[in-house]
Amino acid sequence: MSHLSADVLIVGAGGAGMYAAITAARSGASVLLVDKGQVGRGGATIMAQMTVAVALGEEEPDSPSLHLEDTLRAGRGLCNEELAALVCEEGTTRILEMDQWGVRWARENDHIKQEIAPGHSVKRCCYVDFLNTGPAVAATLRRKVGEIPEIRRVSNLAVIDILVRDARALGAVALNLVDGDLVTIQAKAIVLAAGGLTKIYARNSASANMGGEAYALALWAGAELIDMEFVQFFPIGHLAPRLVGMDPIMWDPFRYKLGGKLLNGQFDEFIDRYGSSDFGKYNATRDIAAYAILKEVEAGRGTPHGGAYLDFRHISEGELRSAFGPVIDRLLANGIDLTKMPVEVGPMAHYHMGGVRVDLNMQSRVEGLYAAGEAVGGANGANRLSGNAITEAFVFGAKAGSTAAEKAKQSKFGWDETLTMVSRNQVEQLRRNAASGGTRPSHLQAELQTLMWENAGPFRSGERLAAALARIEAMQRHDLPNLCVGAERQFNLDLQDWFELRAMLATAEAVVRSALGRTESRGAHRREDFPIADYRLLKNQVVELKDWEFAARWVAPVRLNRSQARHA
Amino acid sequence: MSKTARLRISRGSPGEARYYDDFDVPYEEGMSVLDALRWIRTHLDSTLAIRYSCINANACKTCMALVNGEVEYTCIAKLRPSIITVEPLPKRPLIRDLVTDIVPDEEKL
Repeated sequence: MSHLSADVLIVGAGGAGMYAAITAARSGASVLLVDKGQVGRGGATIMAQMTVAVALGEEEPDSPSLHLEDTLRAGRGLCNEELAALVCEEGTTRILEMDQWGVRWARENDHIKQEIAPGHSVKRCCYVDFLNTGPAVAATLRRKVGEIPEIRRVSNLAVIDILVRDARALGAVALNLVDGDLVTIQAKAIVLAAGGLTKIYARNSASANMGGEAYALALWAGAELIDMEFVQFFPIGHLAPRLVGMDPIMWDPFRYKLGGKLLNGQFDEFIDRYGSSDFGKYNATRDIAAYAILKEVEAGRGTPHGGAYLDFRHISEGELRSAFGPVIDRLLANGIDLTKMPVEVGPMAHYHMGGVRVDLNMQSRVEGLYAAGEAVGGANGANRLSGNAITEAFVFGAKAGSTAAEKAKQSKFGWDETLTMVSRNQVEQLRRNAASGGTRPSHLQAELQTLMWENAGPFRSGERLAAALARIEAMQRHDLPNLCVGAERQFNLDLQDWFELRAMLATAEAVVRSALGRTESRGAHRREDFPIADYRLLKNQVVELKDWEFAARWVAPVRLNRSQARHA
Repeated sequence: MSKTARLRISRGSPGEARYYDDFDVPYEEGMSVLDALRWIRTHLDSTLAIRYSCINANACKTCMALVNGEVEYTCIAKLRPSIITVEPLPKRPLIRDLVTDIVPDEEKL
């Protein structure tokens, strides 16, 4: 069994993980950056075809405090205001740093171009043309990471357990997908940057390789999770006609630039019936738009694939081409001519507001265990403002990397070989099941995805959530231990699926339990049996494992001192 | 009547005799070859080794294979309701089935 060692281990090499690697190395640490897929090619960052919100004020006067105001308003009163302020304040530094490193933010008249997006009070959102923000960001960070000799990168290495003794993280066990062997890793500090949980839902829009591993690893290690009930459903993910070569969330930038009418199955505008307005512009926030579309579907006014129409037929081909150039041809290659036909769109799991509960240094309750990017909970409250996800990946990544490196400087390595036995025994047990011919992990993953979409998705009720919880518990107890994985050593995806599924179940349970606990509707969390917001629940829910049982409690949101906010 | 695509997939590990497995997949207009490979893993044979990450967006660039003899990203290679041969990249070391070693040396253990 291979054994690796580094001052700082970073789990997940998307935007946050790569940024953390860079700042950790800059602070003098040796860094091990691992990803279950390929470094800089998995996760959500590379899928971001849209915008990054930062208060550069290049288009019109703006400030971090105004960005913060918009962020807090979108969060429906539940943001951790200190974390949100950190994103808004340090976002500008990071975006300019990325500019120096060679991301080509779209420019106009010698300044970085910024567009308006829903929920923002000024033009604030930067991007890379055409629909290339995420790939450009990922490529820039990959190049930067590659230039730093103190960063060791390993692809196809999936961390399956964080080793903890006396509430201090000592290292990890990982599965090497290439040869099927386990690898042990010793580290003085560990950053969880494995992204969100979109893979636990049948309809999802981000890179579908994020099954909530960061949350599950944190939970098992003894950390707390916060706001796990708040899953963001992106309202206008692409449903039909079948479109390949594009991420399903691609219609967002079209709407920033061109508008586009959102119509129900009877070709009527409808958002105004749900307490917001849209009218061909792009004003409705994500939570309301998602809810409105699914309510229309429920009332029998949906489109054939269970969504709404997005219609650009009133926009000329010239305008379409000047805004999106080559993308128009890609659409035509898929048989989609926007001047002649509307497309079908609908809500999809897109982002998770909840996550690991951390302090301003990104440290969890477990000594030496940090989180970064989407793995962090709290900054976005009940609903994330569009454009804040990449900003947060940069800011939290940079912060986690440097504080983890500082922590490593003050720490000695610890190790306890017996802690690795749990994972070793697990893999041996699974290999013994190999010939049993039983159900494969991918089947159960598919069942869980449908279960979560139908019962813990954009529409929730106590009854549906309880049904989901019962099935999740049964899957954990009865199905998971008896699943069959293949006997192959090389690239055994069944084995990877099994560990992914184990994490998906733990994360799904955290989401469902938190959703059951929040008996109100707020932001992205919609309970049909409690349709309105309850001011008594203007609090955050924290979950943890106590003796391997879930325990939940309520805490007051972290508020900024207002005089401090004004000077931000 | 519903249409079917037949995927003829090259299987095996290094040092073994390679063989082809045929899988019939229900065809829908607009499907990609990767859609079919993933369908096979979920419904017919989960031991099939394939490499992909982003699934649909052609962003991760990790899903390349030979499709009917041409190097293609399987996520944007259109499926046809006919016989489609899928083989691993010929110039990369084979890991298993359709997976080849495309990871840069400095990202390996």
